[in-house]
Amino acid sequence: MSQVSLPDHADTVEKLWHYMFYAICALVFLFLIAPILVIIPLSFNAEPYFTFNERMVALDPDAYSVRWYQDFWSKTIWRQSIWNSLFIAIGATIVATSLGTLAALGLSRPEMPYKGLVMGLLISPMIVPVIITAAGIFFFYASMNEYIELTSTYLGIILAHAVLGTPFVVITVTATLTGFDHSLTRAGAMCGADPTTVFFKVIMPLILPGVISGALFAFVTSFDEVVVVLFVASVEQQTIPRQMWAGMREQISPTILAVATILICISVMLLATVELLRRRSERLRGLSAG
Amino acid sequence: MNNTAPATTAEMLTTADGRPLKAALAAAQRKRRTRAVLLVMPLFLFIFFSFLYPIGLMLFRSVENPLIADNMPNTVAVLEAWDGKDIPGEAAFAAMAQDLKVARKNKTVGRLATRINFESSGLRSVITGTARKARRMKAPFKEKMIAAKSQWGELEIWAAVKRLSPRLTGLNYAAAVDRRYSPGGDLVMQDEDRQIYVHLFKRTLWMSITVTVSCLLLGFPIAYLLASLPLRSSNLLMILVLLPFWTSLLVRTTSWIVLLQTQGVLNDIMVWLGVIGEDSRIQLIFNAQGTVIAMTQILLPFMVLPLYSVMKTISPSYMRAAQSLGAHRFLAYWKIYMPNTLPGIGAGCLLVFILAIGYYITPALVGGQDGQMISNMIAFHMQKSLNWGLAAALGGILLLGVILLYWLYNKIVGVDRLKLG
Repeated sequence: MSQVSLPDHADTVEKLWHYMFYAICALVFLFLIAPILVIIPLSFNAEPYFTFNERMVALDPDAYSVRWYQDFWSKTIWRQSIWNSLFIAIGATIVATSLGTLAALGLSRPEMPYKGLVMGLLISPMIVPVIITAAGIFFFYASMNEYIELTSTYLGIILAHAVLGTPFVVITVTATLTGFDHSLTRAGAMCGADPTTVFFKVIMPLILPGVISGALFAFVTSFDEVVVVLFVASVEQQTIPRQMWAGMREQISPTILAVATILICISVMLLATVELLRRRSERLRGLSAG
Repeated sequence: MNNTAPATTAEMLTTADGRPLKAALAAAQRKRRTRAVLLVMPLFLFIFFSFLYPIGLMLFRSVENPLIADNMPNTVAVLEAWDGKDIPGEAAFAAMAQDLKVARKNKTVGRLATRINFESSGLRSVITGTARKARRMKAPFKEKMIAAKSQWGELEIWAAVKRLSPRLTGLNYAAAVDRRYSPGGDLVMQDEDRQIYVHLFKRTLWMSITVTVSCLLLGFPIAYLLASLPLRSSNLLMILVLLPFWTSLLVRTTSWIVLLQTQGVLNDIMVWLGVIGEDSRIQLIFNAQGTVIAMTQILLPFMVLPLYSVMKTISPSYMRAAQSLGAHRFLAYWKIYMPNTLPGIGAGCLLVFILAIGYYITPALVGGQDGQMISNMIAFHMQKSLNWGLAAALGGILLLGVILLYWLYNKIVGVDRLKLG
């Protein structure tokens, strides 16, 4: 802590450097956050432009309107894409969370053989460029079409998105399981509980924050995914990112800024949830005072 | 237990039901091991079937080549004995005419022409044109075909068909590194104006390195600040790092377009401040520079988080010790603090670089002409030119690079230390 505060005996160079350091940090934070913040007021622009005009800067209420939000809500294609996005993301989250949690439980057992290798394989969908995954899935679904229809179906996209989401679940749940005291399960068993009861009464409450964070990560991954959708979906499975992508490739309409603002609000809510869970879990395990 | 007890005593220890203790323990261990494996198995199978196998399938696409062998069986059989030195004889022409006739009837001639055209451009019309006339052609085919399209009298087209005959081929990989076969059969560099991919790989590397270095330069100070502030304030500032992390990629890319385009916010501010004139607005986006700026912001959290978690563990007393031994604040910082952050730097840089090298969405939307990366070319060949073999070969090369880096990451950092927020 004392590293940042300036000692009394600091010389001019040190003082200068100290304030410059703060200035640099402020600029970097601005660089991180400004692009997100700038979009919010612009989405209320009454004119179809992407810049602040003088009336907006002067906070003239007439310069602001919700017309782009109305435009967003009045278009069937946008409304349809919300439901598609939600449906696909929820489906993918359920698959990813259940499989990922089970795998994380296995991986964190000390008896698990080839732990590093298996973990590396299970995390790899996060590392492999999504364009390669999408191309592979495109070929795979095309080759499977005689047996089961996966191209241009909700099932196909849900499964593909689940693949992309599982690494996050595995990572967050294994993280909550580090330092998990395995004698707790034995204690549960000694008290007469069968493995299922032990799982739901002892393990689940402890790993629940990790499971929820992982599920939210998986949800966001699917909710924000566009490449796989571009490759294997049809218009019927149009999602919000896909619709945004289409809009951005042509002429950006301010409606996209309205959608972006809505998505930012969703991110803020998800982030708040994850942060609360993380702090609760750290407090419970006595890892931090915050 | 009894340390002096010899091994034989241990073997004689038995469980309540009379089994040797050692065997019972081993059985229990085996059971627990099986249980762990069974827990992992569902996800492993899922990942295997819907991720590893599809990628394998894609890689196989880059070497498989059934089109010519399946659709030009007669020509392939005749050309097997051909030495490639002179124009083949009448038998080859007759076989080709027969194959083209069948191909036209089966409607596969378009695909054949496209594939042969990938090999040597300008041959599409030769194939389709001859196929149209093949039905009415009679022997001698050699003269008739050469009269119809003079290219039949040159080595190039025959060499191309012969090269495409095997069912497994490395041609896609040759094309992916700007190599081609000359009519004489040597592997040579593609003509200068057709060399794209090596340049594109270099640019992808260069842009990824630039993004990584920018992320390090920007991420280091704020990670340091976050690690040294008291927890209450650092948690608050951490939100500024995590919010972009949680915000949709498309939203962030949109914001960069809004900020940087010529009629955008940044140019407006500069004009308003009088830094630049109304008519000299700067093109900041839809080029390589815009892509690097946007990608740096998007990937910055992946640099800050590992740096922060390493810096958090460096005890401030190291610095105090160095200073009390007489080192200047800056020297202590350079000699003591920096080397301790190296694991974080390594982890952050590798992660950012791995993610940057396969980036697709941001370059596609803000890259313009000179900001495209290798993933964009893969998408182009997948969706537009439909040269799937080449797309798969480019993907294979990219994948190899990513796997090497991932292996390195696992070796240095360990995947189990990967953290999200």
